[in-house]
Amino acid sequence: MDRVNRALRRLPVWAVYLMGAVPAVLLLTGALTGGLGVDPVKGLEKELGEWGLRFLIASLAVTPLMRAGLRLIRFRRALGLLGFWYVLAHFTVWITLDMGLIWSQIAGDLVKRPYIIVGFAALLMLIPLALTSSDYALRRLGGQAWRNLHRLAYPAILAGAVHFVMIGKVWTADSLIYLGLVLALLALRLVPRRRPAPLRA
Amino acid sequence: MGWKNVLKWSEVTPQALFLNRRQIIAGAGALVATPALARNEWSVEETPNSFEEITSYNNFYEFGYGKEDPAAYAGALTTDPWSVEIGGMVDKPGSYDLADVLKGQTIEERIYRFRCVEAWSMVVPWHGFELSGLLNRVGVQPGAKFVAFETLLRPEEMPGQQGGSFPWPYVEGLRLDEAMHPLTILATGLYDQPMPKQNGAPLRLVVPWKYGFKSIKSIVKITLTDKMPPTTWNILQSNEYGFYANVNPQVDHPRWSQATERPIGGGLFGGRKDTLMFNGYGDHVASLYAGQDLAVDY
Repeated sequence: MDRVNRALRRLPVWAVYLMGAVPAVLLLTGALTGGLGVDPVKGLEKELGEWGLRFLIASLAVTPLMRAGLRLIRFRRALGLLGFWYVLAHFTVWITLDMGLIWSQIAGDLVKRPYIIVGFAALLMLIPLALTSSDYALRRLGGQAWRNLHRLAYPAILAGAVHFVMIGKVWTADSLIYLGLVLALLALRLVPRRRPAPLRA
Repeated sequence: MGWKNVLKWSEVTPQALFLNRRQIIAGAGALVATPALARNEWSVEETPNSFEEITSYNNFYEFGYGKEDPAAYAGALTTDPWSVEIGGMVDKPGSYDLADVLKGQTIEERIYRFRCVEAWSMVVPWHGFELSGLLNRVGVQPGAKFVAFETLLRPEEMPGQQGGSFPWPYVEGLRLDEAMHPLTILATGLYDQPMPKQNGAPLRLVVPWKYGFKSIKSIVKITLTDKMPPTTWNILQSNEYGFYANVNPQVDHPRWSQATERPIGGGLFGGRKDTLMFNGYGDHVASLYAGQDLAVDY
């Protein structure tokens, strides 16, 4: 584990951003060159949303993994922000390419359709987190207030996973796996922290 | 069974239909179209989706939940021999071999709009014959009010039927007047091909004014009955999928609007278009539902 942690210390954060951008580049070229199949709009929309969920789940795994000895905390902001950008791109594709900017129908969906309401709520909850992701915002808010605010990540990511489960005509295995992961990672936070073992004489 | 199928598909489908519609149009400049190539009166004017689009993007849950799954996994399906059990309130019940089902029926091209309940759509050049032709041949008994259909149940060739919570086999149904309507066909092919397996080979229903899930695929059983038959999506989610499932922009699916649809084939910037009442077939079928509240009978 120490070796892994030493290697991770040498990995610059920008490398995580760079790797995180790879799926977006591949999706975009795929969408423009026919690589996403017969229905590129749905393909792009679904993949962007799914990548958003993946990065957000990864950010949620940082703390439990730290308890297991793996130090990923340096990359948590990058993972969270990558998740946010993918979710925002997913939403943008829905508004533009999928809904074709038919605002009356978009507005109707945003208030009438439970799965869209849940997904939109997830996005809304992520916005203040993205806006306060800088060191400057952390200092301005103070550690405790910042931590309290960023607990919004829990309901936001849970809502994102529930949104995915609710979309299909049937519940699909992959969406249920994401939801199970999120629930497991949230449940781990309810496990009381282990105190350091008392010293023995 | 002693009988062996020696018919080839080329014998079933008239030669004229092997010509792609676009070739026909291209040739029209050179010579006046012959009557055999005249557009069928039931066909729409829109340009059909490509063979590639129609055969690589569709729902056929017997092969998986994904739109690419039918094309990927339907190859193993055995469609020859094939027989259809026709029974219930008919004069001549029995197990009909496919060639026998087709006997005496005129296969013609029908270019129909296809509107999925998921709010995407295509235009498909089906080959097929009117269901009424078959029903008349087997003799519908007085008192029959509905037609029930059933898809093949063969988990060893249909991986989607292995496990899961779906109540296989897939079942669908029509009211008798809907079944007898000249727009309602049993399709045996599309473009110049016999029906691709992923699209419901060898025999599927096509009811163009209803959402796609009504157009049951790979049919093995047709039953005339006096009771409204159960239908699969209605069993699964009765508040979302009714028996009638007529395309109706005014009655939303509980989870999404049906006012518009995304035509497949438009690429990234294809956008949406307004969904038409009865999928644009209102002139022909609206009278079937006179006096019915279609928000109740969805």
